[in-house]
Amino acid sequence: MKKLSKGMLFVLVLLLVMQGVWAQGTKEATVQDKTIRIFGAFRGEEAARFDEIIRVFNEKTGYNAVYEGSPEFETQILVQAEAGTPPDIAALPQPGIMHKFAEKGYIKPLTPSVVSMIDANYAPVWKDLGSFNGKAYGVFHRVNAKSFVWYPKKAFEAKGYKVPKTWNELKALQDQIVKDGGIPWSIGFESGNATGWVGTDWLEDAMLRTAGPEVYDKWVNHEIPFDDPAVQRALGYLGEIFLNPKYVYGGATNILTSNFGDSVKPLFDTPTKVFMNRQGNFITTFMPQKIQDNLEAEVGVFPLPSIDEKWGTPILGGGDQFVVFNDKPGVQEFMSFLTTWEACAPWAQVGGALFPHKNQNFADYGNSIERELAKALVNATVFRFDASDLMPAEVGAGSFWTGMVDYVNGKDGKAVLTSIEKSWPR
Amino acid sequence: MQLPRDQERKQLAARTLVVGPITLIVAISGFLLLKNNPMSQILTTLFAILWGTFTVLALFYTMNLIVQLFPIQKYNKIIPFVFVGPAILIIGWYLLIPTVRSLVLSFMNRSSTSFAGLANYKYIFTDATMRTAFGNTVLWLLFGTAFSVFFGLLTALMAERSAIEKLGKTLVFLPMAISMVGAGVIWKFMYAYKPLGANQTGLLNAIMVGLGGNPQNWLGSAPMNNFFLIVIFVWLQTGFSLVVLSAALKGVSDEIKEAARIDGAKEFTILMRIVLPSIYGSIVTVSTTIMLAALKSFDIVYSMTNGLYGTEVLASQQYKQMFKFLDYGRGSAIAVVILLAVSPVIYYNLKEFNKREVF
Repeated sequence: MKKLSKGMLFVLVLLLVMQGVWAQGTKEATVQDKTIRIFGAFRGEEAARFDEIIRVFNEKTGYNAVYEGSPEFETQILVQAEAGTPPDIAALPQPGIMHKFAEKGYIKPLTPSVVSMIDANYAPVWKDLGSFNGKAYGVFHRVNAKSFVWYPKKAFEAKGYKVPKTWNELKALQDQIVKDGGIPWSIGFESGNATGWVGTDWLEDAMLRTAGPEVYDKWVNHEIPFDDPAVQRALGYLGEIFLNPKYVYGGATNILTSNFGDSVKPLFDTPTKVFMNRQGNFITTFMPQKIQDNLEAEVGVFPLPSIDEKWGTPILGGGDQFVVFNDKPGVQEFMSFLTTWEACAPWAQVGGALFPHKNQNFADYGNSIERELAKALVNATVFRFDASDLMPAEVGAGSFWTGMVDYVNGKDGKAVLTSIEKSWPR
Repeated sequence: MQLPRDQERKQLAARTLVVGPITLIVAISGFLLLKNNPMSQILTTLFAILWGTFTVLALFYTMNLIVQLFPIQKYNKIIPFVFVGPAILIIGWYLLIPTVRSLVLSFMNRSSTSFAGLANYKYIFTDATMRTAFGNTVLWLLFGTAFSVFFGLLTALMAERSAIEKLGKTLVFLPMAISMVGAGVIWKFMYAYKPLGANQTGLLNAIMVGLGGNPQNWLGSAPMNNFFLIVIFVWLQTGFSLVVLSAALKGVSDEIKEAARIDGAKEFTILMRIVLPSIYGSIVTVSTTIMLAALKSFDIVYSMTNGLYGTEVLASQQYKQMFKFLDYGRGSAIAVVILLAVSPVIYYNLKEFNKREVF
């Protein structure tokens, strides 16, 4: 019996301790309520810059917003949402995922006050991209514009090359570069588990320039088949560049094995051999440090020239939209904070990001290049969101990527497009 | 154990009445506390370990007390279930329910909202990418397993006669400590491609160019790229097969070998007729274990090519369908097919285990 009472005493003590822990736990919980968890795909430098933005919000409001980025974001956010343990806010790169989450009721619609902020500060296209079934869910913050060609300014001008305004001028420039012993393009498709997206961007740009925005929209929504003659025609334009070993640094093989971020680096080798890289505004952060330090003097940029005059030079872009999973205090405040220029200016000053906000002050951009790109983005007559991010994942994050890789790897263009068409979920 | 006398039984009953409710309270309140998750991560972990261990002990103790109230014959019959039962229940919960659920999901549509019949199975047996995945998985099974076992056996045999046995075995065994994804990252540098004229950062291409050849994109063209991936798998698994087979070789009786030598048998004959048959059980175990690893091989493909250039395997397709394309039906159907493919191997393996007690 002595043993028994000892055991009981032990249990009693344990229960008492546990009560204490419990009480402390509930206390902690109320403190933790100030925390807002934000989850997204971007990491490293970009996350550090976003942390600066968050700091402004925290200092202003007293909340404790925390950002966490993961390379496996797209898988994890899904698992977390289904398991009922989502973050408070997530930055979704694909509007398609937002639709899925909204349909299942995982994410909460924005409050009317946030929506009115969006109406006031954004062009309608951004509200539409963040809406599902007539309700607004997403707020765009940092976005990117992709239809740009970068060149090493000094070497380019030293050779006497002129920025091409039309596709024919571009073709003439390519041949001139080859004649001078140079190589026109450096292209890199490699991007880990997303290898191929650079190719999809190229095809989307070509679609906008050869078939126009309306056909582009039909293509995105699968109202025309993926292997429609219009798409075949657009792909043909790319083939003339991709598959011509004289036009591409290292030939087709190097397109596949070269990382998209590394592919801009050969432009700044001395002596200059390679002259052009088509990529989004974010590519400046991948340039060698000494080029970045002297961006305006070293780097030139022009929009990918128009192919069919009728369609001009539309701008292709993309961006993460922030959505709300938990309506706890501070979350909607953070969302409306994102619509203000105050939440963008610090990042614009450091560089590496464009903002679609109508209320922005272009003078805040740290360099003239990004200022011009931001103006081009905000004032674009035709802006279209990255098609691969709008298509179902089977295509947009699957067969479209592999298809572009197969095409560069030597597979017939029509066969590639047909196999993508076959993979479209029905 | 003696049949408890009346007094002892009364005592036992009293003890049960006290201990039982306390155990229940501790178990339930701890569970609720963890469920509400109010503590920091470290506190939660510490608490979970302490509470978990204590609760399990207390539960077994209480159950034992309750069963002791029965007469001894019944006690002897019930008690095995009390001790083994929870383990079986938990394993069932972790393994059986998900398996059954996968089976059910594999017959449903992508969002598991309505039945789709055999559509998912039709897809995985007719789609072009899936056919590639099946073909490649067979390649992995055959060559991955064969080479791993062969090289493991070869090094084990050589190590026996070598002066640097320990060092050699350690070197071959070392890659076992590297994760598959880690190995993928390392081998990316082996296969790295840079165009002619640029600095070759990849070892293989540096050798190619050094010998005056052209750099190759080793991972770019099927079917050879599958073998370049399988090489990594073999590099990782040879160590495992070496260790097991080497241990088995030590167990082959020297007297029989000596007797064979006296009878005039050549070394090769001894190897084929005596050594190999004696370690047959170990070879089977090693082969089947590596086969299972090859069937599940996902990490290497995922980190090296992500299934591009015709290197897709079943496991990588399953992951993509399930978590990238969010098609639970197809993902589950592939999982079921992998499970069916694994089953005979596991069955055979278990049979061998029972027969020979290899380890």
